[in-house]
Amino acid sequence: MPHDHDHPHDHDHRRGHAPPHRHPKRADQDDTITQWKAMEIAVRELLIEKRVISAEEVRQQVEEMDNRTSLQGARVVARAWIDADYKKLLLNDGNAACEALGMESGPYKLVVVENTEQVHNVIVCTLCSCYPRWLLGLPPDWYKSRNYRSRVVNEPRDALMEFGTMIAKDRTVRVHDSTADMRYLVLPMRPAGTDGWSEEKLAALVTRDSMIGIAMAITP
Amino acid sequence: MAGAESVAPRFRAGDRVAVRAAYPIGHVRTPWYIRGKRGVIERLCGAFGNPEELAYARPGLPKQPLYRVRFLQREVWTAYGGSPGDTVDVEIFQHWLEPA
Repeated sequence: MPHDHDHPHDHDHRRGHAPPHRHPKRADQDDTITQWKAMEIAVRELLIEKRVISAEEVRQQVEEMDNRTSLQGARVVARAWIDADYKKLLLNDGNAACEALGMESGPYKLVVVENTEQVHNVIVCTLCSCYPRWLLGLPPDWYKSRNYRSRVVNEPRDALMEFGTMIAKDRTVRVHDSTADMRYLVLPMRPAGTDGWSEEKLAALVTRDSMIGIAMAITP
Repeated sequence: MAGAESVAPRFRAGDRVAVRAAYPIGHVRTPWYIRGKRGVIERLCGAFGNPEELAYARPGLPKQPLYRVRFLQREVWTAYGGSPGDTVDVEIFQHWLEPA
C-alpha cells in the first residue's frame, strides 16, 4: 500500500505501536486488470514464447522511451537560435534538421513552427496525444487530458492564461491540431539578454513547455 | 511514395476548401469540430495511408494526399473570444475536402 500522503498523523511511532489509520488506504495503481492490460500481457507473452521478441528487448524499448527527454528538442532549438542556415533547414525539413545533429530523424514528419513578435504557436492533439516523442519524450499527463485537448483549441488564450502565459491581443495565436501524420515542435523566441551565449547555455533555457507552446523559453 | 499507390493532389497552398460535413462511423481522423468548416490550404504534407482503412488492418491504399488546412477561429467557433486573426491549423485528408 502506498503511504506517501503528506498530512500529519496523530499517532506516535515512538511508542512502537501505531494505532489503525483514520483514513481509507489508497489503492495501488496496478491492482486492476483491465481488458487492455490483459491484452497487452497476452500478446507480449505470446510474442516472447514464439521467440519473435525477447523480454530483454521489451525492457530495453521501455527504458529507451523513458530516457528520451526534451533535451533533444532543446538542442535543436538552441542550434536554430545561433545558426541561421540551420534554422532555415529546421523550418523547411524538421526531420533532416534532427539528423544533421546526429539525432534520430523521427518516425513521423516533423513540422516546426516559429514564434515571433506577431505569432504565438501552440500544439495540441484533439483526437488523442500525438507528440514528437523523439524530441520531447513522453507527453505530460495534462497534454492527454480532455480538458487541455478541448480547451486549447476552443479558447486557447484562456487555457494559456491558466499556465501563466499571457498572449497580447495584437499577437496572433495559432493552434496546431496534430490530427494525422505530422508531429509539431514550437521554435520559441530567443530570450533577450542572451547575446553571445553558447549553444549549450542557450539549450538550458529551452523547456519542454516552451516547445509545446504553453510557455516561453526561460528569460535569464 | 509510389505514384500508382497515391491519389493525385487536387489542391495547392492558398486554395479555399470546405471540410465535408459527413459523420460516418469508424476510425476517422477528421475532428468533429472542423467538419463543415471553410479554410485555406496551408501546405500539402505528402501522401499517407488512409487511417480509416489502416485502423482495421487493411492496407490503406491508395495513399491519400494530406494537407494542413488553416481556419479562422472566429469562423470555427461562433462565440470565439480571442483576436480576430487567431487561427487553428488541422491536418485533413483530401477525401474530406471540397473546393470552396
